[in-house]
Amino acid sequence: MFKQKNYLALGAVILVALLIFSLPPRATGRLKLAIGSLFLPLIGLASTAQQLPVAAADAVLSRRELLQLTENLRRENDQLKVLSRQAAATFRENDQFRALLERQRQVPWKLKFANVVMRDPANWWRTVEIDLGSRDGITNNLPVLTADGLVGRVSSVGLTRSQVVLLGDPNCKASALVENAAHDTGVISAGGPLDNSLVELTYLSGSAHLKPGQSVITSGLGDIFPKGIPIGQVVDSRPVEFGLYTEARVKLNVNLGALEQVWVLLK
Amino acid sequence: MKIMNLLQFILISAFAFLAVFGEAVFTGVRHLLGAQVDLLPVLMVYAALKADIATVALLAVFGGLWFDALSANPLGVTILPLFAVGFVILSQREFILHKLSFAQVVLGAVASAVVPALTVLLLLTGGGQPLLGWGSLWQWLVMTAGGAAATPIIFALFEWCHHALGYQPRTETSFRPDREIHRGRK
Repeated sequence: MFKQKNYLALGAVILVALLIFSLPPRATGRLKLAIGSLFLPLIGLASTAQQLPVAAADAVLSRRELLQLTENLRRENDQLKVLSRQAAATFRENDQFRALLERQRQVPWKLKFANVVMRDPANWWRTVEIDLGSRDGITNNLPVLTADGLVGRVSSVGLTRSQVVLLGDPNCKASALVENAAHDTGVISAGGPLDNSLVELTYLSGSAHLKPGQSVITSGLGDIFPKGIPIGQVVDSRPVEFGLYTEARVKLNVNLGALEQVWVLLK
Repeated sequence: MKIMNLLQFILISAFAFLAVFGEAVFTGVRHLLGAQVDLLPVLMVYAALKADIATVALLAVFGGLWFDALSANPLGVTILPLFAVGFVILSQREFILHKLSFAQVVLGAVASAVVPALTVLLLLTGGGQPLLGWGSLWQWLVMTAGGAAATPIIFALFEWCHHALGYQPRTETSFRPDREIHRGRK
């Protein structure tokens, strides 16, 4: 009788697993988001708990230090305002030149701020969850970045949160361009499972001459990432497949292990 | 389900829920050792040794779904590895000296090694491309060692909860009124 109960349970669990596997991808996605939303109250609690030490530290800051900080921020803000005006003027001028050359106009980036609320608990994926969803205008495949450079792309969207697949994950590939004389292009693909600061730059031409320290940016090919987002710097390169093409290791500009806030680039 | 079994199931489920959430939010171990330790296999060892088959099955289903919902895993892929480990331990539990810490450590290590290995195997079979390399061996070792170290702690924690929340067995007294010797005259 006891054994019969065990085998009944075994059959039931296999049936449940097969049922979930046989669901269409859209239904699975919705079910995943619905189950994930059970954690929403805990996310709120955790973020409040994480902010407590910051709030406590702010509370013990002296008035003099706060005034100094405010003054520094005001100066930095003024400087950035001037630079922003200058950039806007350059942008307009660039647009006029592009119009003269009959080239497509560049659209200014529209960014949306997001907090990183969770990381993938599995060691074999590199994804994070952000606190923006479809109600904030987020859709699949939107680029995600920080002030330092590219982070990844949105891979699935719920109502209030989205999953971002990070650079270095096998599911996040980006067309990249090396800022050298030849403008070598390649594809940013998976890195190693341990060091999330290094990724591979593959499918570079066999004649590519890369030097350590050269900057790597997005090439704009592939229709997901716009051109010019910084990715990282070349660490080293080696010929592969008997010199048929070259591969390089790239150190990412962004510290993916310490992501807290990101920007989603809206289209 | 008896009240004690229900209490045990609720405790195990609540802990599994918090464990999955903790793994997604607290990344200290990942920063320090390069891998996140998974507590679901450890909980499965406890459930398989101390609870009934229904608890083992429900922990596998709910724990697996919670884990996959927060991960990039296809939904449901963790259910079968978790249940496989629980089922094998449950079917052999009469032969396991589960009160010994050494046995708990060994079982925790084996479960923590087998569950991720089976999950990755299922992912590869399903055409997934998980992030694997030589570094994965180190991550696997960290998960195994972490699971092994956590098992006796989880056992102690649940024993304490059980003691604090459950009914205590009535202590039998050796005093029998029918055999009481009455001194003096009645």
